[in-house]
Amino acid sequence: MDNRNDSLDPRQDGNPYDATDATERRGVSSSTSQDQAAANAVGAGSTEDLPDDTFASRGAVKQTVGIGRKTESGSVIFPAFDDHHPPEKDLIDDCVHCGFCLPTCPTYVLFGEEMDSPRGRIYLMNKGLNEEPLNDQMVRHFDLCLGCMACVTACPSGVQYDKLIEATRGQVERRYERTAQDKAFREMIFQLFPYPNRLRVAAAPLKLYQRFGVGDKLKKAGLMKVLPKRMRAMEALMPMLTKQQEVPEFSPAVGEKRMTVGFIKGCVQRVFFSEVNAATVRVLNAEGCDVVTPKAQGCCGALSVHAGREEEFQAFARKLIDEFEDSGVDRIIINAAGCGSTLKEYGYLLRDDRAYAEKARNFSAKVRDVSEFLQELGPVAERQPMPVAAAYHDACHLAHSQGIRKQPRQTLKQIPGMEVREIKEAELCCGSAGIYNMVEPEPATELGDRKATNVLNTGARMVVTSNPGCMLQIQASLKRMGTSMPMAHPMEVLDASIRGESVETLLLNR
Amino acid sequence: MGMASSRLVDRMTEILGPEGVISEREQLRAYECDGLMNYRVIPEIVVLPETAEHVQRIVRYCHDEGIPFVARGSGTGLSGGALPVESGVLIVLSRMRRILEVDIPNQRVVVEPGVINIWVSQAVADEGYYYAPDPASQIVSSIGGNLAENSGGVHCLKYGFTTNHVMGAEVVLPDGTMVNIGGGKAPDAPGYELLGAFVGSEGTLGIATKITLRVVRKPASVKTLLAAFKDTEEAGDAVSGIIGSGIVPAAIEMMDSLCIEAVETAVHPGFPQAGAVLIVELDGPEAEVSSQFDQTIEICEKANASEIRIAQDDEERALFWKGRKAAFAAMGRIANDYYVQDAVVPRTELGATLKRISELGSEYGMRVANVFHAGDGNLHPLVLYDNDVPGEAEKAEDLAGEIVMTCLEHGGSLTGEHGIGRDKMKYMPKMFTTEDMDTMQLLRCAFDPHHICNPGKVFPTPRLCGEKPGPFHMHPVQKAGLAENF
Ligand SMILES: Cc1cc2nc3c(=O)[nH]c(=O)nc-3n(C[C@H](O)[C@H](O)[C@H](O)COP(=O)(O)OP(=O)(O)OC[C@H]3O[C@@H](n4cnc5c(N)ncnc54)[C@H](O)[C@@H]3O)c2cc1C
Ligand code: SF4
Ligand code: SF4
Repeated sequence: MDNRNDSLDPRQDGNPYDATDATERRGVSSSTSQDQAAANAVGAGSTEDLPDDTFASRGAVKQTVGIGRKTESGSVIFPAFDDHHPPEKDLIDDCVHCGFCLPTCPTYVLFGEEMDSPRGRIYLMNKGLNEEPLNDQMVRHFDLCLGCMACVTACPSGVQYDKLIEATRGQVERRYERTAQDKAFREMIFQLFPYPNRLRVAAAPLKLYQRFGVGDKLKKAGLMKVLPKRMRAMEALMPMLTKQQEVPEFSPAVGEKRMTVGFIKGCVQRVFFSEVNAATVRVLNAEGCDVVTPKAQGCCGALSVHAGREEEFQAFARKLIDEFEDSGVDRIIINAAGCGSTLKEYGYLLRDDRAYAEKARNFSAKVRDVSEFLQELGPVAERQPMPVAAAYHDACHLAHSQGIRKQPRQTLKQIPGMEVREIKEAELCCGSAGIYNMVEPEPATELGDRKATNVLNTGARMVVTSNPGCMLQIQASLKRMGTSMPMAHPMEVLDASIRGESVETLLLNR
Repeated sequence: MGMASSRLVDRMTEILGPEGVISEREQLRAYECDGLMNYRVIPEIVVLPETAEHVQRIVRYCHDEGIPFVARGSGTGLSGGALPVESGVLIVLSRMRRILEVDIPNQRVVVEPGVINIWVSQAVADEGYYYAPDPASQIVSSIGGNLAENSGGVHCLKYGFTTNHVMGAEVVLPDGTMVNIGGGKAPDAPGYELLGAFVGSEGTLGIATKITLRVVRKPASVKTLLAAFKDTEEAGDAVSGIIGSGIVPAAIEMMDSLCIEAVETAVHPGFPQAGAVLIVELDGPEAEVSSQFDQTIEICEKANASEIRIAQDDEERALFWKGRKAAFAAMGRIANDYYVQDAVVPRTELGATLKRISELGSEYGMRVANVFHAGDGNLHPLVLYDNDVPGEAEKAEDLAGEIVMTCLEHGGSLTGEHGIGRDKMKYMPKMFTTEDMDTMQLLRCAFDPHHICNPGKVFPTPRLCGEKPGPFHMHPVQKAGLAENF
């Protein structure tokens, strides 16, 4: 085992990994040494020093079957699942093995084999209840699932795959021993992304590095090639950091007040796309909403729950519920699809928590995606013409997890002159999928390129989507293909229209 | 079970590379059944060829070593046709999914067997064409599987089954020879109609590696209506009325109240609450469709339709069909498990058969939902049960069996489109005489004398093939009284 990897394990620098503790420190604004360590972990300055196979990826497209031998941990647990929230037998039994979900599953599309299809994964879950162990093979196929929930949309039998895979991931994280390398990389991600302050610090060296075009020079020199695949994937995803736009704690409605809403800033959103947050709040104000944005706002835990980090998630969720406890808001608005789908599930996910179960249910009942909310509310602010053709990309966590497809399109179509173009294979995930494009870069890249090609084929002048992860992913793919396209969140487009910006201004800088 | 011999793994890996070979037990389990979960067998090994040459090399090896093999497409078959054989190779064609040629002037599309049915229509949609056979599973089932099962769909009443839309196929025979059967660009090739024999052979005569399909022009006009009736009998009257009047609808589908309930919860097509609904679709030239559509409405009204809804646009039409096509899978909403039966009765016997089916349901104390291609009398009774209740699965199977027998008694057939596979072979002698079956065996033995190609399917007891294809002689083992007569 290469023990150099261990230096990347954040637990090494004396701060034992503890979600609750980490969340408690939320309010502290200055960066800690741990932040710095995390920053160094991903900082562009240090990655070149890493040996090539540090995070050797285990998956190659079309090669999920005979692979993984090198990084297998050999961990075997029988039966695969224990009594603490196993994938529920009742939910598994809803699957009638019809296969209707196969063609929309991105991993089935890539690999064409049963174990990497929803039907196959559900079958394996069933076997894991009492017949088969949790071992490298099983975990491999669960890991490869993007959690895009296209299968939920496709399933005529109403299988709640979202709950099944979340339970399965919880079991995997709790019981299966990953290899040291894999574990270290995952820990690093979870020490970074749910913490905006750290993420900002981590991204700072990247910012400089991008500003001076070091990345491009390295790429030209072929040096990027020697970076480990996962690191390279991460580097490729990092966008240019723009000036941070802070959202005030209270922002009053313009004109007659119609509602008071709370606003959730997101983690990746607030660091890399703070302008989206600013635009969202302006739009909400313009539509007659007082917007309350609790300042001490942590992560919603979406990344954690999707990775099966149950306790960490619960700590994040409780904290966020507390932060909105006395805010007196009618609705809680989120503009990031990935966060939204988890926020709406708090009620289910905290069902066992006596102190929080009810609060969580009430919280979830108030949560709305911003496009969903605006369509419920109905438009009042005047929209100025925005004559441009935009391709709308369905974020999986909006379309598949929340069933929100019409509302964002409607929001765009309410802008005079706006033409919304559909993207071929719209239901297919772009490969972003939370942390997926960092832990499984190869399938993610293939999906990203496929999506980018379909986006380009619309001939639209810009692409609009509601999730920061998708934006990063599509942007990275376009760049790899040697091209680019302006990209915006629906709220940025709407905000520009309400403010009477020109198309050119909208397209500039995006 | 499981754990393939390392020699077999090595050889397959040599042909396909490690990424094309599955030999770990947990992974193999995902392939232990197809769309019919009642039968399960863990294959020795699963292989994922990417080219026809791969298939040929795999089959040749199997032939040389006497190893049985089974082809599998998307694994949606409902008769256990793709059920693996123990100590055999499962050849999965899901990675052979390229559309090789789109030749609109000759109305042909050439595809690999793993191509999904609906992709063919999508590939020619812009040119105004489509691929007519539309099994309800068309969004997932493979052309190879469709070919092997001679699949049909709701539009087969007017347009025919898969067999009417396949022009030719490249096939790897059970000894590894690669042949082309059927015509190329020109229809009606001389010689025996081997293609007709191959289509519907349920994977027992070889593996199709390339298939030439005929695509047809989209009709100028399509009209669809949904009519609600008090019960299946009244709906049946409407069906007889429509067909009797000389109209050939593109499709007539019937669903009973249980089915309606299930699809309403699943895909919300907005079907009326009724004892039965009919979906009738007419297509063709504008004027003809228009006048026949009015006639159809009249007939439905005469048959006491309580409500007639006409699809206003493509979106609404798609919704009607979505409701229909989701019917099987939607059963998961109202029952834990279900058993799909597939049988045919002469249209005139529909009413009587349905009545008997409902009596049988009450006798067994089990719910039976009915959805069917009413135009050609192809019934799909769905027996609902709960696998977790001991004995229910067996009871459901018995009931399903009695339903088939009822259909046979009414002059019907064992299967309309799902095939015999593993599930229905025991009923074959009820429909065919020994001579009938022997003749079929002659054909099978001509293709697969060593009985390695999807063995144990279609025929109740495998007939041992002689060295040479020819008339059947009693096998020495049999003469010695060591084996049953079959
Ligand atoms: C919900 C649901 C609805 C359905 N509705 C219909 C319907 O309306 N009409 C209908 O006809 N069927 C229907 N079916 C049954 C099934 O979809 C069809 O039989 C389909 O053709 C099977 O295709 P497949 O790719 O899944 O084949 P598989 O199930 O994988 O295989 C089926 C058979 O084909 C053989 N086979 C597969 N590929 C090849 C090949 N390349 N060469 C030779 N043999 C091969 C296999 O050995 C097996 O015997 C339905 C199934 C489901 C689950
Ligand atoms: S969530 Fe997405 S990747 Fe996972 S099984 Fe479902 S469709 Fe496939
Ligand atoms: S579509 Fe639903 S019921 Fe059918 S195989 Fe997939 S998960 Fe199971």
